[in-house]
Amino acid sequence: MDTQEYISSGILELYVAGALSEKENLEVAAYAEEYPEINDEIIAIEKALLELTKISSTSKPYSFTKLKEGIYKPKQTKVIPLEREKTVWPMYLGWAASLLFAMGLFWSYNQNQNLKSELEAVSQQNSLLEVQIADADASLENTRTLLNTIRDKNIDVVPLAGQTVAPDAYAKVYWNKTEQKVFIDAKGLPEPPDGFVYQIWSLKLSPSLTPTSIGILDTFNEDENKVFALENSNASEAFGITLEPAGGSESPNLEQLYTLGAVSAS
Amino acid sequence: MSLDSLVEQFKKKDVLAFEQLYAMYSENICSVINTIVKNEGRAQEICQDVFIKIWNSSDSYNASKGRFFTWILNIARNSAIDEIRSRSYKNEKKNLSADFFVGIVERKDETDDGMDTSGLKRLVDNLKEKCLQLIELLYYRGYTQKEAAEELDIPVGTVKTRNRSCISQLRENMERN
Repeated sequence: MDTQEYISSGILELYVAGALSEKENLEVAAYAEEYPEINDEIIAIEKALLELTKISSTSKPYSFTKLKEGIYKPKQTKVIPLEREKTVWPMYLGWAASLLFAMGLFWSYNQNQNLKSELEAVSQQNSLLEVQIADADASLENTRTLLNTIRDKNIDVVPLAGQTVAPDAYAKVYWNKTEQKVFIDAKGLPEPPDGFVYQIWSLKLSPSLTPTSIGILDTFNEDENKVFALENSNASEAFGITLEPAGGSESPNLEQLYTLGAVSAS
Repeated sequence: MSLDSLVEQFKKKDVLAFEQLYAMYSENICSVINTIVKNEGRAQEICQDVFIKIWNSSDSYNASKGRFFTWILNIARNSAIDEIRSRSYKNEKKNLSADFFVGIVERKDETDDGMDTSGLKRLVDNLKEKCLQLIELLYYRGYTQKEAAEELDIPVGTVKTRNRSCISQLRENMERN
């Protein structure tokens, strides 16, 4: 390669100016490394430019100490203001809190209402139970009285046996002669048909059969114990129970005699 | 220490090497910046920024693609041109035009802004106006060969040969001084 021709082409001056393409730069740099005369020429051109640029203007550079400060100065990090978020978050929290509070309040109110109605129902049930307890107490008292009555030593027990119309029927008469009272245990009698009642008769057998009504069992269906207290001032020799039309009859209808029993001689 | 090894050390972030390179080139670089921005104080600040930029991007210099001086000259020119483009100059066109050397030759030794241009004048004394224009475009403005040809309305090949003769004239003047 003719280095002199290459030098005189003027490419080296453009190389120093930085006016060549990347490809041309690489080429010149490679030649400069290969041919010392090319490298020397480049240095000579650069020296002329250094001279020219040095005196073309008088702008004194800062000291290197000052430059070092710029080099080692840490990059300023941009401060991102957080104020906006600071104001927004508590606001959201506030709204959320008040919403929760309102929901809680509503829930409590509902609970309260539910409890109130429940309480009302329970107290109603309570008063019903109280009535039931009072009834039971009264019933118990009745039963005790009844028990004491029939255990009384002055009591005569008269069993009444079932007759033709009702062979399975039975009844018992507890007769307190001193108090002139009878207690009819009618548990063994069937329910009377509609429009009929059982009537209790005190019977005298001698000198002739004389029946005397001592009462009707008009509360037969309602009474659970089926024990009825009646007055009896007669010197009864037997007791009989007949089915009579509602209200009772003057004399017994012997065809409808359900039970009959004689007082045992004491 | 040779320039090549200085540059090698500089690429390894050796501050002492960088200090020597700064001593070698900072006046030239600041001067080039001032011819473009025409404001000494501002030129000093830009020059400082340019050398910080050079230090931070030392890795990107590649000796097989050009001279170290050419590399930093390019960074300086770009920074200075960015500066005058971003500034709201009233007569921007005038500042962007290549009239620095031509103006100096036409003016007296002591210019209006107190700049001593006698040394420069002696150096470029016998250079023709078309030489001064070309040198300013290629070395101070960073024009490529093609761009300079278009600007001066001459063939691309002429840029290369004319520049060669202008720089040779400059070197002769230097020898004489």
